[in-house]
Amino acid sequence: MKVASGNSLKLRHMLGLAGAWWSAAACCLAQSAPPNSTSTNIFAPDSTPADQIFGLSIFVLVVTGTIFAIVFGLLLYAAIKFRKRASDDIREPLQIYGSDQLELAWTVIPVLIVIVLFMTSARVIHSVQDARQPPGSVEVTVVGHQFWWEYRYPQYGFVTANELHVPVSDPAHPTPTFLALLSADTDHSFWIPRLAGKTDLIANHPNSTWIDPHEIGLYLGQCAQYCGTQHAKMLLRAHVESRADFDRWVQTQQQSAREESALSPEALEGRRVFNATACINCHAIRGTEAQGRFGPDLTHLMSRETIAAGVVPNAAADLRRWVQNPAAIKPGSLMPSMNLTDKELDEVTAYLLTLH
Amino acid sequence: MSAAPVAIAPWTLPSRGRVGMFCLIAAEAAIFTIFVVAYIFYLGKSVTGPTPQQVLEIPIFNTICLLSSSLTIHLAERALEHGRMVPFKLFWFVTFALGAIFLGGTALEWHRLIYTSGLTISTNLFGTTYYSLVGLHAFHVIVGLLGLGLVMVLALASKVRQEHASRVGVFSLYWHFVDAVWVVVFTVVYIIGR
Amino acid sequence: MASDSVPIQGALGLPRESGSTWAQALHEWVITVDHKKLGLMYIGMALLFLVIGGIEAVIMRIQLAAAHASFVSPEVFNRMFTMHGTTMIFWVVMPLVFGFGVYLVPLMIGARDMAFPRLNAWGFWITLFGGVLLYFSFIGGDGLYGAGSAPDVGWWAYAPLTSPAFSKGHSTDYWTIAVLIAGFGSVATAVNLVTTIITMRCPGMTAGKMPLLVWMYLVMSGMVLFAITPLTAAQLMLMVDRYLGGHFFDTQAGGSAVIWMHFFWIFGHPEVYILVIPAFAFISEIVPVFSRKPIFGYPIMVAATVAIGFVSTSVWAHHMFTVGMASYSNAFFVFSTMAIGVPTGIKIFNWLGTMWGGKIHYAVPMMFALGFLFQFLIAGLTGIMLSAAPFNWQLSGSYFVVAHFHYVIVGGIMFALFAAFYYWYPKMTGRMLDETLGKWHFWLFLIGFHITFDLMHIPGILGMPRRIYTYEPARGWDQLNLLVSLGALIQGVAILCFVVNMIWSYFRGRPAGNDPWDAWTLEWATASPPPAYNFATTPEVLSRRPLWDAKHPEDPDWKYE
Repeated sequence: MKVASGNSLKLRHMLGLAGAWWSAAACCLAQSAPPNSTSTNIFAPDSTPADQIFGLSIFVLVVTGTIFAIVFGLLLYAAIKFRKRASDDIREPLQIYGSDQLELAWTVIPVLIVIVLFMTSARVIHSVQDARQPPGSVEVTVVGHQFWWEYRYPQYGFVTANELHVPVSDPAHPTPTFLALLSADTDHSFWIPRLAGKTDLIANHPNSTWIDPHEIGLYLGQCAQYCGTQHAKMLLRAHVESRADFDRWVQTQQQSAREESALSPEALEGRRVFNATACINCHAIRGTEAQGRFGPDLTHLMSRETIAAGVVPNAAADLRRWVQNPAAIKPGSLMPSMNLTDKELDEVTAYLLTLH
Repeated sequence: MSAAPVAIAPWTLPSRGRVGMFCLIAAEAAIFTIFVVAYIFYLGKSVTGPTPQQVLEIPIFNTICLLSSSLTIHLAERALEHGRMVPFKLFWFVTFALGAIFLGGTALEWHRLIYTSGLTISTNLFGTTYYSLVGLHAFHVIVGLLGLGLVMVLALASKVRQEHASRVGVFSLYWHFVDAVWVVVFTVVYIIGR
Repeated sequence: MASDSVPIQGALGLPRESGSTWAQALHEWVITVDHKKLGLMYIGMALLFLVIGGIEAVIMRIQLAAAHASFVSPEVFNRMFTMHGTTMIFWVVMPLVFGFGVYLVPLMIGARDMAFPRLNAWGFWITLFGGVLLYFSFIGGDGLYGAGSAPDVGWWAYAPLTSPAFSKGHSTDYWTIAVLIAGFGSVATAVNLVTTIITMRCPGMTAGKMPLLVWMYLVMSGMVLFAITPLTAAQLMLMVDRYLGGHFFDTQAGGSAVIWMHFFWIFGHPEVYILVIPAFAFISEIVPVFSRKPIFGYPIMVAATVAIGFVSTSVWAHHMFTVGMASYSNAFFVFSTMAIGVPTGIKIFNWLGTMWGGKIHYAVPMMFALGFLFQFLIAGLTGIMLSAAPFNWQLSGSYFVVAHFHYVIVGGIMFALFAAFYYWYPKMTGRMLDETLGKWHFWLFLIGFHITFDLMHIPGILGMPRRIYTYEPARGWDQLNLLVSLGALIQGVAILCFVVNMIWSYFRGRPAGNDPWDAWTLEWATASPPPAYNFATTPEVLSRRPLWDAKHPEDPDWKYE
């Protein structure tokens, strides 16, 4: 393979190839993202913070794209135009040591660009980070754990886990959700790209972020700060609902677990196993003896679509498999296998299935 | 090279030892800065345990000893430059002694803090940052004492001569640095921090 | 110039002189304090670790090529990314740039060796020891699952993940102590380089007449003195926490996890400039020679480098935009980070100005240098994107950042290093590297690099975080990850070409002579490889390009500088 010194056709091929390559790469990005899709594309924002970031991003892309086009073009031009040709004589070219005017020009212009980019960034930083919390906003305290998410709703007095529910926000009368971010152990990061930029959850360092989703639907994300073995499977699911649906969900969550008398014999036996084994050391089920705070609150376990922080569907078979041996599904999860017998597993599963 | 119309000016460059020692001092200064920053950041943030006000006593005597040793090492260096070997050995020994007194004083202070005041490195944030910062400095004093001791032994064996003055000067730069760090540590820990 | 130095019998050359046994040759290398041998040893060690780090990368890419793959367990994957990052930064790129520096700087300033030859040797051996210690962790250590082996806390080792509570056993200690030890070696070598450059220049070589490479190594070494040591301090604090019950980063006792981040990135950001400034140095020597023009704007290049050195100490928290600093703090770091783009951009323009009006000869070093220029431009621009804090809130912790910094380190620094290899290998060994193999190396590496790292930006934009051992199939990341992995394999083949080239050319390469590239700095005035004493008589210089003056007595540089 010879380098094309003098073979401009070859160079044009290279250029064409490079152009096609980058266009193809850019096309991979052009995805539309309807609200219920599994997309986590940062360029498909659906909430004010994400929108503002998107606006700034486009501006930055245009500026850097222009700089790229100009400098890349000049480099390419110089690389081709000033290459040594076979027909050249052996004299050295004119030895030029510099140019003060050029140096001034290509210092001043970048400084101006920096000032513009800085001002636009500062504006968005301020509008997102220093946003006032309007009355009527929902407050959620998010506590990051290895490897699941705890959600507390202090306004409504309940605790849940792994699936966040928030009301949709009408831009005319915004009802955003403000999230306080805490950590029970290592560093985590709350990242649902279509709703907001990420903010970290750090022990002894409370943070806060906010979202005001414009569309009803399910929004996905995951932990974005390495927190240990199962960092990869600490998934986020945010259900954005109509105000009515959200209020109904809240009401359900506020109730305690059903009375013993409402349970089938198998479920009752499962409840006994649950309380007698170490389950209650970690888990809480309101209205029962289970008051553990180390693991997810299970009071309304069956109101969730997934378990283990979004990793498996919340169906009977998966639930049983999870209880039997969490490490088989999520190795490194801090929930131990209690070595229950098959009968005990059936009973416990039956009990868990009653926790609507 | 082709004959130059311009003669090259007389060519003297700084001494290797001094430049090297200044580089080392710069690097060490950065390490100490981080420990000082941590100390200041954590002032008042201890959740439990004794506070600086409760347990720290200003080590005036120790400080005077250590800072005087900078003077005596300077005098020793000057004596060696002029070839006066007896004053050199004398001042050098005094420097060593003053440094050793400082170290001993620190040891006594720590003994009191641990056994009387109940402050250890694991007691609280103050304990951790205090022992780390003062301990890092004390470690550098120990290294300095080792160097001082080595030169003292060589001097007693009459191996140190007037032409070694610049090398001794390089070492004394290190000792001056250790003293300068103490000024900062003293100010931060015993004055600002209390 | 050849008359200035006559190679003598017994000068540095083949590793085994005829008549000496392998044991004698090995002994000679083990006890050497010769900067040239030590430079080669640094480079050799780095290439070995490059292969190991590359294997770790390939393991990760195989695991990520498909969603929910099970090529390796999560524990192993987490060790892989930790070891890959740690190895590449501390035992590949740092020793490579130190190796070239230690080899070239004395030659370029007309000196006989470094200021402290024994310290030079110590710096190398302590670094090697640190690397061996780090890799011993794979077989040493004990403790509970995930902790009984190599470190798995990421190469930043964020607290409180590194606390005894969350990292049991000794895996984190291997990371801490190995890197600490290598840090001592780096500081020692930096002290040596600064002292050498300040105190051992040959007569006539004032500061304004040093080759740009020497200036840049001066700045880089100065930065090492101020940047590596904060990490040393933080690691000492971590050891106090882990072994003496300290609370520096113990959030339960009121300690701060964020302060570890500050200390780490106060090291970490200048560190990446420490890695890239030598790359700038190579480019600043190579582009002029192959464009047949002097470097455009030498004084500005010096000023820009010094400016980068200073400003780089004030940008660190752009790695912490998501940590929850106040809005005005974030804004400050946006400004300082964007500001450092100005001197960096100025350099690109000056290299462009050097090429402009030249007669560019595309030998393999210049091909790699051109690749550097295009790719470093792109890397710098994605850096500007990341410096806009709100944009950063989406992009950080994602594969966009991974793509960005690999663009800098592989597309920028590695390309510049390859250019340096092809350019100075003849000086170091007396033989030219093979051009054909070199071109295969270049094109394969270029193609593999772009497939991997151009595409890698996209999963980041699509929401894929970094440091995950697997991912969900429905997110649209699958095909991209597969292609990224394929590109990695192509790069592996290219590296193989490179290694084969270096070995083959050592025995069969075309003899190089003193000055195969018709270059202008002092190292080309002596034999290839140089004799142990470098120059038979101390050179005296009048300009930045002493050999240009010698070759063009009718038009010497000192009339124009």
